[in-house]
Amino acid sequence: MNKRMAPYYWMTVPAVVLFFVFMTLPAIQGIYYSFTNYNGFGKQYDFVGFKNYFNLFRDDNVGNAYWFTFKFAIVVTILTNILSLLIALGLNAKIKFRNFFRGIYFLPNILSVLIVGYIFNYLFSNVFPIWGQNLGINALSTNILGSESLAWIGIVIVAVWQSVALNTILYLAGLQTISPTLYEASSIDGAGKWREFWSITFPLIAPFFTINMVLAMKNSLMVFDQIVALTNGGPGRATQSISHLIYTGGFEGGEYAYQSANSVIYFIVIAVISILQIRFLQRREMDL
Amino acid sequence: MRSRLGTNWLVMLLVVLGTLFILFPLYMTVTIALKNPEQMAQSVFAIPTTLHWENFASAIDMTNFFQSFRNSAMVTASTVVLTLLSNSMVAYAISRNMEKRKFFKGLYYYFVSAMFIPFPIIMLPIVKLTSSLEMTNLLGLTLLHTVYGLAFNVFVYVGYIRSIPVTLEEAAFVDGATTWGTFWRIIFPLMAPISATVGILTCLSTYNDFLLPLVIISDPSQYTLPLVQYVFQGQFNTDFNLAFASYLLALLPMIIIYLFAQKWIINGVTQGSIK
Repeated sequence: MNKRMAPYYWMTVPAVVLFFVFMTLPAIQGIYYSFTNYNGFGKQYDFVGFKNYFNLFRDDNVGNAYWFTFKFAIVVTILTNILSLLIALGLNAKIKFRNFFRGIYFLPNILSVLIVGYIFNYLFSNVFPIWGQNLGINALSTNILGSESLAWIGIVIVAVWQSVALNTILYLAGLQTISPTLYEASSIDGAGKWREFWSITFPLIAPFFTINMVLAMKNSLMVFDQIVALTNGGPGRATQSISHLIYTGGFEGGEYAYQSANSVIYFIVIAVISILQIRFLQRREMDL
Repeated sequence: MRSRLGTNWLVMLLVVLGTLFILFPLYMTVTIALKNPEQMAQSVFAIPTTLHWENFASAIDMTNFFQSFRNSAMVTASTVVLTLLSNSMVAYAISRNMEKRKFFKGLYYYFVSAMFIPFPIIMLPIVKLTSSLEMTNLLGLTLLHTVYGLAFNVFVYVGYIRSIPVTLEEAAFVDGATTWGTFWRIIFPLMAPISATVGILTCLSTYNDFLLPLVIISDPSQYTLPLVQYVFQGQFNTDFNLAFASYLLALLPMIIIYLFAQKWIINGVTQGSIK
């Protein structure tokens, strides 16, 4: 028996060691540094207790970053889910070249977020303003990324453009699990399209709705590449996300310990939101 | 009932209009990459009248494209291979023993719980760690990608292995096969469908990743494709045609793979995300 069991243990050893060294240890270190005043280089630092954590709550930059990230994540999650559900319904309907269109709609998901950001950056600064001027729309005739109040909308557009691809394909997979006989039965009963959607389609794809909400929310709470490519957090700090703040403050601003404390809070926030979301949405699945 | 049989032209029209939104940025990328500044001045949108292939030559020169492409390709390929070999093995050991032994069950939750850890929390310490271990290179990048994929991949693999009947392995044991032999000759080949999924997801996320190379890699000869676009951004500012030629070159390898393996990629990503 032991001869059979021993290899199972050996199979896990390399992964456990590497995972501990490169995942658990750094996470523990991050928590450790969050109680010090370490600046990231040299060897000198002191323990400061919860000082970093208290300061976080009084820091306007941190407040801004959390406000921007939440606003961004909620808007992106809602828009992405509405659009991708609509597109999935369209791609599931009787149309010609269905597979061709599915291929096109999924394309944005395979492209580098950073490069897509650079391409849109050019469109926002040089292409859309020309349309705005020709059409006489004031809001469009300047680069919205340069405006403190509008820049975040630009980042939302790029993020939605890209994330709709994945969610559409997942909704499509959900729609294909529904048996056509259900629709036949409901049309015999005289149900309209609207009624059919709310009484059959939507309840049956509830698990896919849960996955898509959680995925879209988690991905957009971690937004980084788009920020770097589109605004670098500006104008001012209007579009600085939490991960961007940790990166710039931690590596370039000498706030190593302080941003470590910020990332501990960030981790707790993401974990709590994900768990609440899953619980709430799964309970909703049962009720339906 | 007739509406269910014929083509729904209204939906068809909307779907076509939607593809314009997807394709417009890509159309702009291709046309700008092929124009020169004079053509741009005439019209930003028009199809280029003369094609300026020399933009690509200059972009290749300026960004050292072949070197960074080789770096990206090497990291991506070795991460995929290492991930398939190692993560499937760990998941196998866990899934076959987690019912009976607390150690494996604990291990499962230990790995899977890392799915909730955002990268920024380990970003700062990992930079110190990798530089002290002299791992700020492609090898380090490969290893880190493999380790950070573990949480999700173990989750997906364990779910799949549970659907493979244990009787197959018991028969092999009776015939005198060792645990290793059983894994490599029976289980690993049976896992091909889920390995394709894991491989595709790993390939996409490794090739397109920007943040990890940004914080780990310091030597310019080791830059990956997204990192090169970032580093050269300042110099492109004066010449958009060159910049877009460079973007297109960096996007092209994945687009080409997608054209050929579209169906597998879509299926793979769907399966991986739903698990």
